[in-house]
Amino acid sequence: MSITKVTQHPTQNEALIFERSQTGRVGYRLPQLDVEETPADDLMPAEFRRTDDLEGVPEVSEVDVIRHFTRMSTWNFSIDLGMYPLGSCTMKYNSRLNEKVARIAGFLNHHPLAPEDESQGGLELMYRLQEDLAEITGLPGVTLQPAAGAHGEMTGVMIIRAVLDKREGEASKQRRVMLVPDSAHGTNPASAKLAGFTVKTIRSTPDGFTDMDHLYELCGEGGIAGLMLTNPSTVGIFEKNIREICDAIHDAGGLVYMDGANMNALVGVARPGDMGVDVIHLNLHKTFSTPHGGGGPGCGPCCCTVELEPFLPTPKVVRENGGYRLEYDRPDSIGRVKAFFGNFGMMVRALAYIQTHGDTGLREATEAAVLNARYIAHYLEKDFEKPFEADTMHEVILSHKKQARKGVHTLDIGKRLIDYGFHPMTVYFPLIVDGAMLIEPTESVGRQELDAFVDAMKSIAKETVEDPDLVINAPHTTRIGRLDEATAARKPVLRWSPDMESTAKSA
Amino acid sequence: MSNIPDNLKYSKDHEWLNVEGDTATLGITDYAQEALGDVVYVELPNEGENFNAHDAFGSVESVKAVSEIFTPVAGEVIETNEDLNDTPEVVNDDPYGDGWMVKIKMDNSGEADALLSAEEYAEFLESEEE
Repeated sequence: MSITKVTQHPTQNEALIFERSQTGRVGYRLPQLDVEETPADDLMPAEFRRTDDLEGVPEVSEVDVIRHFTRMSTWNFSIDLGMYPLGSCTMKYNSRLNEKVARIAGFLNHHPLAPEDESQGGLELMYRLQEDLAEITGLPGVTLQPAAGAHGEMTGVMIIRAVLDKREGEASKQRRVMLVPDSAHGTNPASAKLAGFTVKTIRSTPDGFTDMDHLYELCGEGGIAGLMLTNPSTVGIFEKNIREICDAIHDAGGLVYMDGANMNALVGVARPGDMGVDVIHLNLHKTFSTPHGGGGPGCGPCCCTVELEPFLPTPKVVRENGGYRLEYDRPDSIGRVKAFFGNFGMMVRALAYIQTHGDTGLREATEAAVLNARYIAHYLEKDFEKPFEADTMHEVILSHKKQARKGVHTLDIGKRLIDYGFHPMTVYFPLIVDGAMLIEPTESVGRQELDAFVDAMKSIAKETVEDPDLVINAPHTTRIGRLDEATAARKPVLRWSPDMESTAKSA
Repeated sequence: MSNIPDNLKYSKDHEWLNVEGDTATLGITDYAQEALGDVVYVELPNEGENFNAHDAFGSVESVKAVSEIFTPVAGEVIETNEDLNDTPEVVNDDPYGDGWMVKIKMDNSGEADALLSAEEYAEFLESEEE
């Protein structure tokens, strides 16, 4: 199969909304004034009013606006259009049922400041979700407040900090070392630093596991506050030594935080609480199918052991006398981490996901997610280097090593994938693999789509040998070809001004 | 094959050092800039800051990743290459020349002697490539 480059037609580009402005064009007509006119000065003093006749604000009609944004929306790639194999992102399908449930008027219109006795439905929903997440993780203390994954991480390490400070008092100052593996998400060390810890990096072994000797060495140096571990790790491998790792950290006086980014490989099969983890965050926008990307919003609950439960953020939903209330009196709490009670709409969707699947369904989703990733690994390991031997979990890591000899790199392969109708995989992460391509199909794709993806990747591998320039110059089928990302980052143009040359001929 | 000038010293973290008396000029090697890809931002320390050997003194952001840069020798930063703020691309274009990053007044100029020679660094790169 070959795709011929389509020459760009200028009318395909979209002028900015500012460039569409026509002086005097409006999208509304005010009704005739039926009250006495009030002088503008009486409503708003002159010094607060613009006098430039809204210079620079686009003057456009309603249909101009609708067509402009609708056209641009069709340029976008979304989870509703096709496979979105971004590794460590779990871009799974966002079911329409979730959306329907989230639009039930009682949930949608409920005011966060409504009194408790009028909020029993919303509180019950939050309580039930807390209970379900506790069961799924094996960690009974739950807060739903954090607004995203990194926020959940920070909440988790702040809890660790609070526990150590309470347990050790002044001596806690000597316990400030947070261990983070070299394959971790970049947000892990950032969260640790924000919570006042110093980060030490643990090496990975050549086969992708935590280097136990290095772990013991670092534990031996003392001052251990804890460990931040992603399991399965960002190379898609289950950390088989997890129990031993947790024991080592506990013996050194620290606590174990698990980054739940990759929980889609574990739900219904294995529980972090049973592995010895003290606190974990979950990404409802990954594992529990609420919208991910494009502003979400996200939701990053934290689950912890009974011992850590008193330190969870306030308020917390509790059940009492057959009803539900918000508990504010939590003296050891790290305090509030989010306005009101978190992103409630996401909690509705996540609970809908959990309840429509049930325990069997959740387990099946996990099994399918892992099976799909192994299917891809199996069919691509001859064409692309697979740097780790171990069986992959929910995502597979490949590298560009074979293709790089022909001058084709990970970025080129990702761009070429766009021509085949797929969103690129995660590129150049994790950093410990040179030219990493991290592919996570999720359980949302069937065998036909997996085959199409495998065929596309095999075809790109073939093109790399036969016609490397085709890959190096991709994409060819998009409205705009390869963007100059380096110049965009070095000399970003962040504002439009009227004297700028038009970026496009008007459609 | 990357460019490895004979007159410089090298670290296994892919920094180069040009030693003149007790002052060392420091940057990243041709191999490093090639591996990083297009550099879009260089974060450097303030003049007067002190670092121990192997400390990270700044970072280089490329289109692929943000990487820390380490000083192989201890000392005080006496000058930084402020031109990199506006033209980070010279790290790619001229890593051993205009792409220099900091000048360090070394606490112990003998520390630089222990670093790799051009020949040793070339061997090290080959062993890294397997």
